[in-house]
Amino acid sequence: MPHTATEPRTGKTASGPIMELRDIRMHYPVARPLPFGAKKVLKALDGVDLQVPAGQTLGIIGESGCGKSTLARILSGLEKPSEGQVLFDGVDINELQRAERALMRRNIQLIFQDPYASLDPRMTIEQILLEPFEIHPDLVPRARRRAKIAELMELVGLNPDHLSRYPHNFSGGQQQRIGIARGIALNPRVLICDEAVSALDVSVRAQVVNLLQDLQQELGLTFVFIAHDLQIVRHISDSVATMYLGKVVESGSYDRVYEHSAHPYTQALLSAAPELRQGSSTPRELILLQGDPPSPIDPPTGCRFHTRCPIAQPSCAASEPRLDPLQGDHAARCFFPGPLNLGSG
Amino acid sequence: MRQPHHAPRPLLEIRDLRVQFATPQGTATAINGVDLQLAAGQCLGILGESGSGKSVTARTIMGLLDTPPARVAGGEILLNGEDLLSIGAKRRRQLTGPCMSMVFQDALSALNPVHPVGRQIGELFRVHRGYSRKAAKAAAIEMMDRVRIPAAASRVNDYPHQFSGGMRQRIVIAMALALGPELLIADEPTTALDVTVQAQILELLKEQQAENNMGLILITHDISVVREVTDQVAVMYAGRIIEQGPTAQVLSAPRHPYTRGLAESVASEALKGHRLPAIPGSPPDLLNIPVGCSFANRCFLADEACTAAVPALEAISAGRQSACFHSQEVPSHAAYSH
Amino acid sequence: MSATSTTIGPGDGAQAVDRAPAPSRGAHRRWWLRPRLAISGTIVLLMIIMAAFPQLFTGFGAGPTENCDIMLSNQAPSAAHLFGIDIQGCDYYTNVIYGARASILVGIVVSAIAFAIAALVGAIAGYFGGWVDAVISRICDMAFGLPFILAAIVVLQLFGQRNIWTVIFALALFSWPGGVRFMRSSVLEIRHREYVQAARLLGAGNRRIIAKHIVPNAVTPLLVLQTLGVGGMISAEAGLTFIGIGLTPPAVSWGLQLAAARDYIDAAPHLLLFPAIFLTITVLGFVLFGEALRDEFDPKGK
Repeated sequence: MPHTATEPRTGKTASGPIMELRDIRMHYPVARPLPFGAKKVLKALDGVDLQVPAGQTLGIIGESGCGKSTLARILSGLEKPSEGQVLFDGVDINELQRAERALMRRNIQLIFQDPYASLDPRMTIEQILLEPFEIHPDLVPRARRRAKIAELMELVGLNPDHLSRYPHNFSGGQQQRIGIARGIALNPRVLICDEAVSALDVSVRAQVVNLLQDLQQELGLTFVFIAHDLQIVRHISDSVATMYLGKVVESGSYDRVYEHSAHPYTQALLSAAPELRQGSSTPRELILLQGDPPSPIDPPTGCRFHTRCPIAQPSCAASEPRLDPLQGDHAARCFFPGPLNLGSG
Repeated sequence: MRQPHHAPRPLLEIRDLRVQFATPQGTATAINGVDLQLAAGQCLGILGESGSGKSVTARTIMGLLDTPPARVAGGEILLNGEDLLSIGAKRRRQLTGPCMSMVFQDALSALNPVHPVGRQIGELFRVHRGYSRKAAKAAAIEMMDRVRIPAAASRVNDYPHQFSGGMRQRIVIAMALALGPELLIADEPTTALDVTVQAQILELLKEQQAENNMGLILITHDISVVREVTDQVAVMYAGRIIEQGPTAQVLSAPRHPYTRGLAESVASEALKGHRLPAIPGSPPDLLNIPVGCSFANRCFLADEACTAAVPALEAISAGRQSACFHSQEVPSHAAYSH
Repeated sequence: MSATSTTIGPGDGAQAVDRAPAPSRGAHRRWWLRPRLAISGTIVLLMIIMAAFPQLFTGFGAGPTENCDIMLSNQAPSAAHLFGIDIQGCDYYTNVIYGARASILVGIVVSAIAFAIAALVGAIAGYFGGWVDAVISRICDMAFGLPFILAAIVVLQLFGQRNIWTVIFALALFSWPGGVRFMRSSVLEIRHREYVQAARLLGAGNRRIIAKHIVPNAVTPLLVLQTLGVGGMISAEAGLTFIGIGLTPPAVSWGLQLAAARDYIDAAPHLLLFPAIFLTITVLGFVLFGEALRDEFDPKGK
């Protein structure tokens, strides 16, 4: 009984992209072992095109080293890409003048993985939540600010009486709620969650996921949800992109990517998660990949996945496939897209 | 399913273990009366969140607690009938390796960065079995083959940093298995690994456990890992085991509200578009463990009895135990949804 | 927002335990119940008061050179003269008390100068990086290459007339590289912390980030380091004076007293003993105080 294709949560309407990445490359120079050795470059992102639909949740999955955290930093404006454009409402955020940039910053906020590290240990919760309004004094008049942060505390499910406490007085889940309160203080339109619930305990994780979804509905937020927890991504996302070694290898609506995965890497990744094999309406067979992902310093030639791919052909090492559309917005970067048939029945 | 109850004597038996930590804020009770049995060849999962005491239990068995601040306040840990809490350092060294060993979460810090991995594996054979240098190296290569490290013979002289995360965890497992232990404790062995690599390591552990008829204790916070690998599961909460039994039964029909909540808060396919059933609140402060059931303040079944006395871990049906006054009332599904 | 939890637990003791608890720091107790802080704090306070108002502690003579009687030179301790009498026939207790001023002044002022230089220069190097950092770091490396005491000796040699301020100048000139490096590396680390990135995402400028996040988090450890350094500066002053290159009479300092006592070790060992005891206690007091402060300022201990 496929429960999957229920309507998206109410209040979400499909519309054009609010953010768009165009051919983003992020290259970091790598220290050379010898001064005359070959110059090496770590290609964290190598030609990423991505659209973030307004008011929806874009999930990004992939293993460590695939570039998903770099993507979060570039989307949020913490880092400038080596090449490519980051468009917000059609404007390249890295081309803006200083004053406009500061205004733009309000619109995109990031929720970090480690809730404790993202809060200044020497500030009280009140100071932490007042900071956004001190930076943007025009937003809320001084006299109203205390009431505003009390509202924020209640919005994220915390007791406003605890404003004078320090971050270490709170549990991990509560710290993450504080981080979320700060993230939504300036009424952003896009919230980027970089492994935002990964550090939380299972019983607390569900609470925070619910909170994020409630906030999305109430405030009409757009989410980019980056996580290695494949189940949570399926739960929260409207569309999903799979990344491998700095490239998007598959993208599409969540049910296409999860139930009709076309790229062999997506299929292997999803099959490796026991929870997706165990509780799924369409039983999956475990596809054990050989070895670990290669290093982004010396990525394989041709299709980057060919070294671990169960269906690789000699041609895969020679040239690189493009991210070709399959059906609707579903696209895969593979010469042989479609369900794997490994002959094991 | 194996049958531990007919085994003559369990491989490992823990009786009423209590461990406390001295902290600046007072005494934290990390383990508060744990009873546990493991038969040879059995695979037991210990499932719990941070602070539940699952890692402290493992460290206490292995004698790895820092004392102080930790203090074993009571109990016995019997390995083949020998109390590990009363043996000396020398006897413990004899037991560690040939009788019991452990795999940690962080493989990089479990390996010495300045020695080649082959020498680190071979060292075990030299110390415990008096192998020659050459024989130890051959044994190391054999172990690396056994944990499926490709081209083991050519990589035996490589250093830990030259291996990827998954390969390093294989080397750590090779070291743990080298002397053929009867008991292997794996503490979050796959938490630091990517999901495709995690699947490989779990396969390896399962296979090695079955081949060598080892007792395996797998400690994890991940319910799906427990379901994948273990026969028996013990669920820990605030330093106590609150439910125990055959994995499939416990996870599909929990008889403790906490297990019910854990099993449910997994974002399954059917919940797409709905709120996740979440256990409210956060785990108790170990410095001030509440009187009565530790879970009472988060529990949908709690009444006055729960806050008055601690429910004991009691048999509820064949092979299953639960520490709940209302174990009969735990619903079969959807307890925490709204 | 119906079903989100509003429970606030006290500190997350649960997590603290699984992550191997920190050794007991005595937090959550009143400060006077923490012996190290209480004892070292009392010593430091006492020494500072002694340096500022020596007359409060004297009773055997109004000043170090008053009521002296050359006929009583080098007399051993007695009821009338608790620490005995020095070569010039002056009350030694009064002299030792007055000696605190020079030693403590040198220690505190030199450390304060080093702190100021380190906080400013280290923060600039760490935050801006690039060539600014490269230049500052190389200068630090060079200054580090000089042996501290030797450099101070060379500088002091240039002055014909040496008083307390020349000694302070000579010591301060080479006392900062350690602090600068320390500050630079902690700023460098804090600059990449997630809460700094979060502030940047909110639109905070460089000035705000430095003032509100980086300096408060980096300066306390530096303050602790420099408090630990006070003791070192006090003994450096005593050492320089002892070998005749620091303060000269008519100044009064423990270093001078030790130097003078050197020639009378057999006849009047008390002349060596008392300034040495004071010096040791003071240096120990500042070092312990620095360590106690370090634990005290750890935000998790609050």
